Amino acid sequence: MAATNIETWQSAIVIEVIPVAEAIARIVLEPSLPIKAEPGSHIDLMVQINGESVKRSYSVVEAAADGTRLVISVMKAPLSRGGSIFMHSLIPGTRLEITQPLQNFPLRIGAQRYILLAGGIGITAIANMAAVLKRLKADYTLVYVGRSREAMAYLGELEELHGDRLEVHIDNEGSSLKVPELVGRADTGTELYMCGPIRLMDAVRRGWVERELDLPNLRYETFGNSGWYDPEEFIVRVPKLSLEVTVPQGRSMLEALEDAGAEMMFHCRKGECGLCEVRVIQLAGTIDHRDVFYSERQQRLSTKMNCCVSRAVTSATGAKADAAHTGPAIITIEPN
Amino acid sequence: MTVVSATSSTTNKVLPHPLNAWYVAAWDHEVTRKPMSRRIANRPVALYRTEDGNAVALADACWHRLAPLSMGKTMEKDTIQCPYHGIIYNSAGRCVSMPAQETINPSATVPSFPIVERYRYVWIWMGDATLADPDLIPDMSQMSSDEWAGDGLTIHAACNFQLVLDNLMDLTHEEFVHSSTIGQEELSESDFVTVREGNKVTVTRWMHNIDAPPFWLKNMRDKFPGFEGKVDRWQIINFEAPSTINIDVGVAKAGTGAPEGDRSQGVNGFVMNTITPETDRSSHYFWAFMRNYALDSQLITTQLRDGVHGVFGEDEEMLMAQQAAIDANPDYEFYNLNIDAGGLWVRRILESMLAAEGRLTPSA
Repeated sequence: MAATNIETWQSAIVIEVIPVAEAIARIVLEPSLPIKAEPGSHIDLMVQINGESVKRSYSVVEAAADGTRLVISVMKAPLSRGGSIFMHSLIPGTRLEITQPLQNFPLRIGAQRYILLAGGIGITAIANMAAVLKRLKADYTLVYVGRSREAMAYLGELEELHGDRLEVHIDNEGSSLKVPELVGRADTGTELYMCGPIRLMDAVRRGWVERELDLPNLRYETFGNSGWYDPEEFIVRVPKLSLEVTVPQGRSMLEALEDAGAEMMFHCRKGECGLCEVRVIQLAGTIDHRDVFYSERQQRLSTKMNCCVSRAVTSATGAKADAAHTGPAIITIEPN
Repeated sequence: MTVVSATSSTTNKVLPHPLNAWYVAAWDHEVTRKPMSRRIANRPVALYRTEDGNAVALADACWHRLAPLSMGKTMEKDTIQCPYHGIIYNSAGRCVSMPAQETINPSATVPSFPIVERYRYVWIWMGDATLADPDLIPDMSQMSSDEWAGDGLTIHAACNFQLVLDNLMDLTHEEFVHSSTIGQEELSESDFVTVREGNKVTVTRWMHNIDAPPFWLKNMRDKFPGFEGKVDRWQIINFEAPSTINIDVGVAKAGTGAPEGDRSQGVNGFVMNTITPETDRSSHYFWAFMRNYALDSQLITTQLRDGVHGVFGEDEEMLMAQQAAIDANPDYEFYNLNIDAGGLWVRRILESMLAAEGRLTPSA
């Protein structure tokens, strides 16, 4: 049956791990309970970090029609939470715990026009959709944005498959994407699907709102792991619980609070649902809002934050930060 | 996937339904601005019309807490509001408003199903939407042709859809199930020819120089007042996958050339049947009786509809009893006879569709 949102855990064997771009590995998995993977679906997977099992989500880049082979791709991100380093250490024959393909980012069939926008490793969520639209002879443009040709996975294959429908923007070749121009091409019959860094997605969202296009036609998925700023270590204080906790670079504020014994409420852990909201009482630094739950207005207020993905950063990197402050950012909160 | 040999598979008493196929969800007049719920292929679906009159089918379960959207109300343009916490979706199933927050959760969607309105029906595709080609809708053109008149109803049949197909592909049962209306012994005695081409099956039976059974005598007299005498009777059963069976039926004055193609001295009807699986043990059976004479008589339209409704009530009773017997005898399979040739070709075709979906199981 088709992709679901119920996590059914199963084992999968790693069949192949090969580099497909600078710091990006293509990983082929053979699941023990194969089901068809729809475009836009992802799997959750248990990675090992310092002997601990932690859940991570990866988009299904391509899949056999009956689901017997699933392909994901992972970018090694030393500044992130450690899952990608484990994934890059995999060798064929390794057994992993994975879920059935899960669906939060369905492609709708039948739109008049499509723009698919992939930034960097975001291509993993978009490539499968593009292949389906190509097969359906839909009116689509695949826009692929990257820092350099070497850092863009599957570029050659996509050029071959999509021909003129692929539009490539590469920063170090001087062909960077002009977001207003891209959004300017959308009209009321266009659906835009995107996956990429938060800055790119935010720029598109602003453009979309400015053009007064229907927000439901702007489709995106976020796994909550891209911020405006590089992650830093910071300190969170919870007077109500008499806690002071250091949040390291590779760990979320929610995880750090849980580690310290605080009983936290949460659900999605990717900045969508708002359940892990905490109230900000005092702030030395600035908040890097990485959620999609708050409106821009609410994010600007910075009186609350979603602690599953959002972080505090110091003045050195935060444009709106308090310039007088040095050392790690300190945030004082009251949990929900 | 379980491997099943072709010879044993056709003895399965009932089959799962293909998902990559068009099924009738409703008569066109049933779908209105007020949402309705109907279970199709095991899945509850909310059906409604947009302000522009387009039919919409969404999964009948809100993304948030699965409250049935069909209990909610339609709003401006193409939207529907969940009755529980007021979340609003458009016809694509995308959330357009979440009352309790300033943004919209990007995951907030409910599945929407492809819909086509054709032949007075609303057709739905419950499987892989990328395969939903409207050209695959079975031909029921008599339903919307100026040359045919008639009407129909829906039977809620408490049996697997395959049993209804079996019933319609072998009409020798008429002699026993419908003895007072269309049954006669010549049905079982006469020869028939079965032809399978692609995903279509045709079973043709002619009965020459016989007495017209009561239903057909009445129809002959509607067209030829005071008619007496023998008739040539035909039944040409046309199956088109997954579950549409249109039966070309009629009688003509004996020896006036109907078997050779001249039906002018007779009456001709089409029994239009299309069956939608509701669950594995129940079906929505949409039918109509169309005729090509006395086109402007509402009286005859109503008489025929009510007459066929009575006849089909007899089928319904038998099918329900058969499903109960199947459930009560899990250790026994069917024994097939020569009269089942049409029905077995239908099963063969459905099994190939199920195999293509990776859903063929040894027994349902």
